[in-house]
Amino acid sequence: MTPPAIETENLTKEYPHGFLNLKKRKSLEGLNMQVEAGEIFGFIGPNGAGKTTAIKLLMRLIFPTAGTARILGKPIRDIDLHRDVGYLPEQPYFYDYLTAAELLDYFARIHDLPAAERRQRVAAMLKKVGLETAGKIQLRKYSKGMLQRAGVAQAILHDPKVVILDEPMSGLDPIGRREVRDIILELKQEGRTVMFSTHILSDAEMLCDRVGVIVGGKLRGIGAPEQLLGVKAKATEILFELTGESSAPLLANATRTGDRYRLQVPEAELYDAIDQLRSAGAKILSVAQVRATLEEFFMHLVEADRAQAAAVEVSGK
Amino acid sequence: MKRAGVVALNTFREAVRDRVLYNLLFFALVMMAASIIAGQISIGIEQTVIVTLGLSAISLIGLLISVFIGVGLVSKEMDKRTLYAVLAKPVRRWEFLLGKFGGLVLTLAVNVTAMAVGLFLALLYVKPALERGDATVLIAVYFIWLKLALVVALALLFSCFTTPLLAILFTAGIYIVGLYVQELRNMPIEVMSRGMTLFTKWLSYLLPNFENFNIMAMAAHSRQVSGALIVQNTLYAAIYSAIVLTAAVVVFSRRNLK
Amino acid sequence: MKTAKTIVLVAVMLLAGFMGVWKLQHALDKQRAALSEDRDEVLLSSPKLMKAVSLEYAPLMADFYWTRVVQFYGNKHVRGDANLEQLWPLLDITTTLDSNLIVAYRFGAIFLSQRAPGGAGRPDLAVRLIERGIKANPDCWRLYEDLGFIYYMDLKDYKKASEAFLEGSKNPKALIWMKVMAAKIAAEGESYETSFFLWNDVYRNTSDPQIKENAKAHLQLLRAREDSRQLDLLGGEYEKRFGHRPRRVSELVDAGMLQAIAVDPLGYPYTFDENGNAALNPKSPLLEKQKFFERFK
Repeated sequence: MTPPAIETENLTKEYPHGFLNLKKRKSLEGLNMQVEAGEIFGFIGPNGAGKTTAIKLLMRLIFPTAGTARILGKPIRDIDLHRDVGYLPEQPYFYDYLTAAELLDYFARIHDLPAAERRQRVAAMLKKVGLETAGKIQLRKYSKGMLQRAGVAQAILHDPKVVILDEPMSGLDPIGRREVRDIILELKQEGRTVMFSTHILSDAEMLCDRVGVIVGGKLRGIGAPEQLLGVKAKATEILFELTGESSAPLLANATRTGDRYRLQVPEAELYDAIDQLRSAGAKILSVAQVRATLEEFFMHLVEADRAQAAAVEVSGK
Repeated sequence: MKRAGVVALNTFREAVRDRVLYNLLFFALVMMAASIIAGQISIGIEQTVIVTLGLSAISLIGLLISVFIGVGLVSKEMDKRTLYAVLAKPVRRWEFLLGKFGGLVLTLAVNVTAMAVGLFLALLYVKPALERGDATVLIAVYFIWLKLALVVALALLFSCFTTPLLAILFTAGIYIVGLYVQELRNMPIEVMSRGMTLFTKWLSYLLPNFENFNIMAMAAHSRQVSGALIVQNTLYAAIYSAIVLTAAVVVFSRRNLK
Repeated sequence: MKTAKTIVLVAVMLLAGFMGVWKLQHALDKQRAALSEDRDEVLLSSPKLMKAVSLEYAPLMADFYWTRVVQFYGNKHVRGDANLEQLWPLLDITTTLDSNLIVAYRFGAIFLSQRAPGGAGRPDLAVRLIERGIKANPDCWRLYEDLGFIYYMDLKDYKKASEAFLEGSKNPKALIWMKVMAAKIAAEGESYETSFFLWNDVYRNTSDPQIKENAKAHLQLLRAREDSRQLDLLGGEYEKRFGHRPRRVSELVDAGMLQAIAVDPLGYPYTFDENGNAALNPKSPLLEKQKFFERFK
């Protein structure tokens, strides 16, 4: 049984804040999670939830107040394990006076790769992320998308077993996002473990084997996307067209765009609704199940959190 | 250790591509020209004037580079987050810091040498041939470089735990204090209590003494300097820099990066 | 995370480092002291250049130079090997940079004109300096006192000295003794009272510690000289009576010519040398100072 690629145990990070730094703010509290080898794991949550904190803790950019973590079975204190880990920081910025090729070469040297292998790897990486032609241009001239791609390149340059990406899709246009998604899938096919954080839920749904939901510094749920959401469908949505006005009471609940209407009805009332619409003269375009999305699961948690926070404030604790 | 060398060379490359450095070099050349003109005003002491002005210029420009770029070495990387990707590699924090230090010191060596060449050219302009005593000018330049290395170490240390602006002020402050540390020993003893006298005496030995590296007068008069002085100053700069860098490493290694 | 072992290691390294620094600094000090004959400003040769370069900071630069003068003189004086050629250029630059720095003129008046090794032995330069000072600060009557002082003490030109005191006395702020001094010098030339008064005036009115020290020494030596003169007179009397000069001061006391053994201002009894002339006690520190100032031979 292979050990998990990444595991954390009670990982906690507190920051002093407030007057005279007396109060402590917990940006991450008791994180217990495991990422299995070879899977794509999504770390999702709203901004400020603690995703970046957790990742920075793993990469030893900041130090935990409590708890431990291991990557590939080794404690994170061991900097040598970085040989097998690739990391893409959030909103990456690299030495803009270097070209992409020089940057990769620099990092390759830090990784202690021998000269011939360096050249070969750098060329291969540039090709893989589609920056072959831009290799000799200084990074200061790169667009956001190109920078992100360069970032991915430096993360996988040294053939790491684990790749950790912090918000890899942020700021990219749809084409850029698609490209990064493709790269992530490729990485999985190559047998690597990928963990990435994002607040774009559709990406997570599409790519991840498992996700961890983190809100307010705490892990709220971990598992396959479908598991978290439940298979239960809540309702169905009818898409229909109706020309002219009608006073059917159903229409009051529908959202209208020109002649098109969307109406959600509970599953039980579906056929009833269809009959009513037919008699009103509507043309039914489609009927679909509305599944709960990660988004709603999410919002639900955030709302609950906020309510709790407000309650705490009111009660004065 | 090899990784530190990689970081050092990259730092050097950054400095070279950073256009600021070229401007300063140009300024130095202008200074040299000015010193030749100044020499014409005071007849009979052209050499003195050129050496003094030249060495002052090298020292001043070197200091500007050491303080401003020295502070930026780490703080710029922290601000711009270029640091994150680097530290995610199997490189220790102390290797990174040492590499940065080495890179700037190397840059300074190149810069200072270039300016020294300019100085000697100016000297040749007023003196038909160079004599043995002029080697002291080279030694004076070497001492300036030693001094600059120590200033870089201090800049690095301060930039590891305060904001860039404060780091610049502290470094400049310590430099100025270090110029007059020697005077602490000559302070009138009657005015202070015994305890204070002992304290100031200790302080005068433990604070960095930058006056050690100043042999401008000797260079101006082509006086020879003993080998012992060279060895001692080199050791002083090396040991003190080591102390400061150790402290910097300790601070940096515990620092949570924003 | 640092373990306790690392902390101890680092602490030891830092300690060792600072000890090394301490030792090295001492060694460096020795080296530099040996070299430091000409540690002083190199641009002494061109006060005008310095003034041009200083722009509006000239008075500030003057202060730096002034500090150097004080240190310089203090160090060399203490070491006893005053190479005082640098004193004039230093004062020259200082007063060029800031012609209103009165203390520089006054300092120069005393230490430029005094004979070596206590001073530079250049009363002519001292006069030049003071005259520049008077020109820039005509209202400062004390500068006239200094001018008169130089003429009286070192140049022994009593006519000029008297004129200087007279000129200075014309300033309504001047103290009345200036006029008295002018008259007395014109009439008598050098005298003990005049010299004593002038040195005393310097001693009382200065806050500069070096000038004060110097004045005090002069006062003591003056006193000693006057005492020696008196003793010599008595010695002459003794010779008339007993046919030979006295060998010890106690003999004068025994002869009833002195009430008690005369002592110098530091408390050491005077003696007579082999020629029968009064002299300072060999144990007296004043002897050192006398040799140092050399003007009382």
